Amino acid sequence: MTAYSFFHRVLMAAITLFGVAVIVFVLLRVVPGDPIAMMISPGASEADIAALRAQYGLDQSLPVQFWIWLTSVLSGDFGTSISLRRDVLELLAERLPATLELAAAALVFAVVLGIVIAVTATLLSRTKLSPLVDTLNGLFLAVPDFVWALALVLIFGVLLPVFPLSGRINPDSQEGFATQFYLLESLLTLRFRDLADISLHMIMPVLALGLPLASIITKVLKEALAEAMVQDYILLARLKGMSRLRLVLQEALRNAIGPTIALTGVQFTFLIGGTVIVERIFAYPGIGNMAIDAVINRDLPLIQGLVLVFGALFILVNLATDALVVAFNPRMEA
Amino acid sequence: MSDLLLDISGLSAISLREGGNPILRDVSLSLKKGEVRGLVGESGAGKSTIAKALLGILPRTVKVTSGTMRFEGRDLLTMAPRDLSAIMGSDIALIPQDPQTALNPGRRIEAQLTDGLRLRRGMNARDAHARALQLLSEVHIRDPERVLKAYPHELSGGMRQRVMIAAAFSLEPKLVVADEPTTALDVTVQKQILRLIRGMQEAHGTAVIFVTHDLGVVAKICDSVTLLYGGKVIEAGPTADVLADPRHVYTKALIAAGPRYDRPDAGLEPVPQWVFDQLHQEIRTGAKEILHG
Ligand SMILES: Nc1ncnc2c1ncn2[C@@H]1O[C@H](COP(=O)(O)OP(=O)(O)OP(=O)(O)O)[C@@H](O)[C@H]1O
Ligand SMILES: [Mg+2]
Repeated sequence: MTAYSFFHRVLMAAITLFGVAVIVFVLLRVVPGDPIAMMISPGASEADIAALRAQYGLDQSLPVQFWIWLTSVLSGDFGTSISLRRDVLELLAERLPATLELAAAALVFAVVLGIVIAVTATLLSRTKLSPLVDTLNGLFLAVPDFVWALALVLIFGVLLPVFPLSGRINPDSQEGFATQFYLLESLLTLRFRDLADISLHMIMPVLALGLPLASIITKVLKEALAEAMVQDYILLARLKGMSRLRLVLQEALRNAIGPTIALTGVQFTFLIGGTVIVERIFAYPGIGNMAIDAVINRDLPLIQGLVLVFGALFILVNLATDALVVAFNPRMEA
Repeated sequence: MSDLLLDISGLSAISLREGGNPILRDVSLSLKKGEVRGLVGESGAGKSTIAKALLGILPRTVKVTSGTMRFEGRDLLTMAPRDLSAIMGSDIALIPQDPQTALNPGRRIEAQLTDGLRLRRGMNARDAHARALQLLSEVHIRDPERVLKAYPHELSGGMRQRVMIAAAFSLEPKLVVADEPTTALDVTVQKQILRLIRGMQEAHGTAVIFVTHDLGVVAKICDSVTLLYGGKVIEAGPTADVLADPRHVYTKALIAAGPRYDRPDAGLEPVPQWVFDQLHQEIRTGAKEILHG
């Protein structure tokens, strides 16, 4: 990536984020629902209400409100959550790691599973197993994340209770962590008992988020591999004595992976969006779960902060995707 | 010991895709060590089918119904898969038609050129690198170090085909099958590549089956020629004899039609319809091919 195109990307990202901020800001103030009405106790006087309004800047005109919010966000002040009465940035910093770990785990799970199935199906493409994989995968493609979540709750929560149904970690062991990246920290500090506990908590949400992505990766990669496998260079490599496994892994996969990465990137942003409902179902303490509470409580500062975080995540994922696509395609160097 | 390298005899094949339609009809041809034989015929004559059969890469929709293909006395058609794959790529190599699709766009030239050396000859990376440099200079590539590091898209079509030729000769094969190796290239490059294949063939004493549409090419680089039509051998023999004294009306008409008989714009006069009528009649009645010498 040249300096120019890098600058261009960053500028575009900033404009996108700004646009997202404007839209959310306006939308939140146009839709009905008064945050102050949710906070006040029944007997509050008009003066109390007006004071509260002034405290949160809600007595100003819309453009003025936006300007105030924007300048303070730029100086690192995301405001105070109306419902939780805590600093928004602090809340985000507390909850974001949980969601990042969940999304990353789901992504890794989906990518590994997708590649393994696609490669296996390609290796066995001359057997009856290949159409079976297609049919099964077609079924999996039709099941969205929240349906998986509910099905998993039913299976493992009710019928076969082996995994914890909700939360992120056993509350007793929570104290020992220096950061909010519980999974990463327990892994790095080799605390395997905590690691196991966290992993058990994560299995169901990871499955719910990762299975739909895995079936999309399987489908796209399997098709791309099939296309690559009939190319002349595969034939010549076969003549040079390459085994079928090597043909798939060394010759075909690297050409099939490019289009798969591009699509996985887009789908991963959907997965991040999916954390909202899936975290809710499993009472997983991430920003997705927090977003639902924020919306229910019309917690404007918190919603705005959350939207900015989600927006920034999407932009980062897209940037990373583009970089990976370039890295895997020698023709796009320069 | 005879110097016969390849002996195809009575080879017939049908297409399962087109309802058992014959693709090859009782084809016989032989090749001595170090001989270059042109395989000529218009589109659909069965040239590539013969080439693929030689390399053991016939599509599953093509079925050989009879005949033998003896390579150094052993029938390739009945050989155990393990023995066959030991011969393919090693004793029998391919120069493909389109160097664009024959190189993996995602791998550097060095990796692709040395696959055979490492997998078949068990060479280590350093020896394979040295051998690859040697091969590239043999095919007149001036900057072999740079080419080895390059990806296929960084090379011109002519360069890529030189790389493919180097790869084909890298394991010192006894037979190279070249299926229209110049049709995908610029006219100016075509001549150089033809000369290069002939030069490599002479230097290594390799036999070549050269598939082409172009009688002019046959005249230039082939010792002998087999002319096919509709999967049947029409006329075969030493190039000089066949071109100087064509016996079959089809051969005569092709020569009259000019070097690129398949291109009406380049040809002098097209093959008249009655010649095709006669060919179809002969194929139906199973008339014998004309063999010179
Ligand atoms: N995969 C396949 N399955 C079944 N039949 C095939 C297949 N490929 C080719 N054929 C048939 O085999 C016949 C001969 O094809 P072939 O490719 O050998 O011709 P060719 O002489 O190489 O022609 P061209 O000059 O166009 O390359 C054609 O009639 C074609 O329809
Ligand atoms: Mg052909």
